[in-house]
Amino acid sequence: MKRLWNRFGPVITVVFGIIVLWYVMAVALNSAWTIDKLGRTGGELSVVEHIADTWSQDKPKLPAPHQVVAEIWKTTVQKSITSKRSLIYHAWITLSATLAGFGLGTVLGILLAVGIVHNKAMNLSVMPWVIASQTIPILAIAPMIIVVLNAIGVTGLLPKAIISMYLSFFPVVVGMVKGFRSPDQMQLDQMRTWYASKWQTFWKLRWPSSMPYLFTSLKIGVAAALVGTIVAELPTGAVRGLGARLLAGSYYGQTIQIWSALLMAASLAAGLVAIVSLVERFTLRRMGMLR
Amino acid sequence: MSSEVVIKAEHLSLTFETNDGPVHALQDVNLEIKRGEFVSFIGPSGCGKTTFLRVMADLEQPTGGSICVNGMTPAEARKARAYGYVFQAAGLYPWRTIGGNIRLPLEIMGIPKAEQAERVAKVLKLVHLEGFEKKFPWQLSGGMQQRASIARALAFDADLLLMDEPFGALDEIVRDHLNEQLLELWAETNKTICFVTHSIPEAVYLSTKIVVMSPRPGRVTDVIESTLPRERPLDIRETQEFLDIAHRVREGLRAGHGDE
Repeated sequence: MKRLWNRFGPVITVVFGIIVLWYVMAVALNSAWTIDKLGRTGGELSVVEHIADTWSQDKPKLPAPHQVVAEIWKTTVQKSITSKRSLIYHAWITLSATLAGFGLGTVLGILLAVGIVHNKAMNLSVMPWVIASQTIPILAIAPMIIVVLNAIGVTGLLPKAIISMYLSFFPVVVGMVKGFRSPDQMQLDQMRTWYASKWQTFWKLRWPSSMPYLFTSLKIGVAAALVGTIVAELPTGAVRGLGARLLAGSYYGQTIQIWSALLMAASLAAGLVAIVSLVERFTLRRMGMLR
Repeated sequence: MSSEVVIKAEHLSLTFETNDGPVHALQDVNLEIKRGEFVSFIGPSGCGKTTFLRVMADLEQPTGGSICVNGMTPAEARKARAYGYVFQAAGLYPWRTIGGNIRLPLEIMGIPKAEQAERVAKVLKLVHLEGFEKKFPWQLSGGMQQRASIARALAFDADLLLMDEPFGALDEIVRDHLNEQLLELWAETNKTICFVTHSIPEAVYLSTKIVVMSPRPGRVTDVIESTLPRERPLDIRETQEFLDIAHRVREGLRAGHGDE
């Protein structure tokens, strides 16, 4: 019991604090509407009734946590997952593009890192471009990518996956260049004394040595991939996906819908990072790098 | 013992160009090492003993003179996998078992699987690590890890073993033990061993030939042929003969420092 509390206690405390703060902020932000409504209809509310009203408005500035939870419940458990109103359906649309983008980004990132480590010209020329690519606001470039790909007949999941890849390859390149260079001079000399080829040095030394770096990069990359997908769904009039839900919510002032989509996106990101962490712990433990 | 020459260095020199001007790591080194000899290189840090070993291993390129390893250039010797090199740190891969680590050079050299297993078993026996094949490096003590790294250098059965302060990081008790085992192993395998150290007792105890070096510029100041028998129990270190050789080594080291 004590061990459990030591492990989860701090997390629970922080979550509890956030929820309390959230309710307080809901009262503060939604009071204006309650007072406004009261001015129009007349009548009087006790403090308790006033607070209750700020927590139960239809289109509050800040929906209270229980309203968001209720909305999520309504749009997940109580809807068939094939329904256009099901949050799970939208989450799956976003998740599938995220996974595709994350996969593409990881492969691209690793390939670029292999090139940078093994090729002098690439080492000098590629990195500045990789960094420059990340200084361009993704919001500016996402619609252009979608439009250009649409024009050549590529639609659906792929354009979103490409934008997602655009964000997720970066941490992988940076991490893997460092990872492939992590073997020290002695280990490289050792390979030389055995007259190992570059290829052998890569597979037997550089690749296994880079594993801790890979997983750190993947954790950042998978979260970035999700952001990329949602961004890709925003400006393009997409009707499916969490991004589309966010956009539709903001068109119609459906703050509860926005927040439930946000919460869904956040839990999706947390889930993805948790899966990567799990694979990381398993792999590194098996490789004797985690002890 | 045959008198075939394995290593022959003539007027060998190596100068590193640094920002503070040239550093003469080796200057005019002449040396001959015969098959089956146990040669120690001793001297203060910066005397070029490790550099000389690295030149033999083709890890550094000399800037003057010539050197032959097994009648070849160092580069050819490296391609022919003519030597095993033991570094200061064991450098075992944590993701491979002890057996897997020893197998590593064999895999790189493309030796058939069945033969790999045979050789791993053989060298594990040589360094007294039978039964540890399936263990991971972190499960072994520092001394055992270094023995595994020696086994790895022996696995592909090169005639020449280059060892760069392999026991430098170990405590004295473990060190004594490993020195004894190394002599045993040398007697069993009849390899030529080049051994870099900064410990006088270690050098005298192990070697048939002691090369005393001095720094700035790195050069050979004395070459001492040991008169000790090949069979050496640990307590040979208390005999007068041992102490005489140790004394001569110390003198050589002091002479090297004298003209600074």
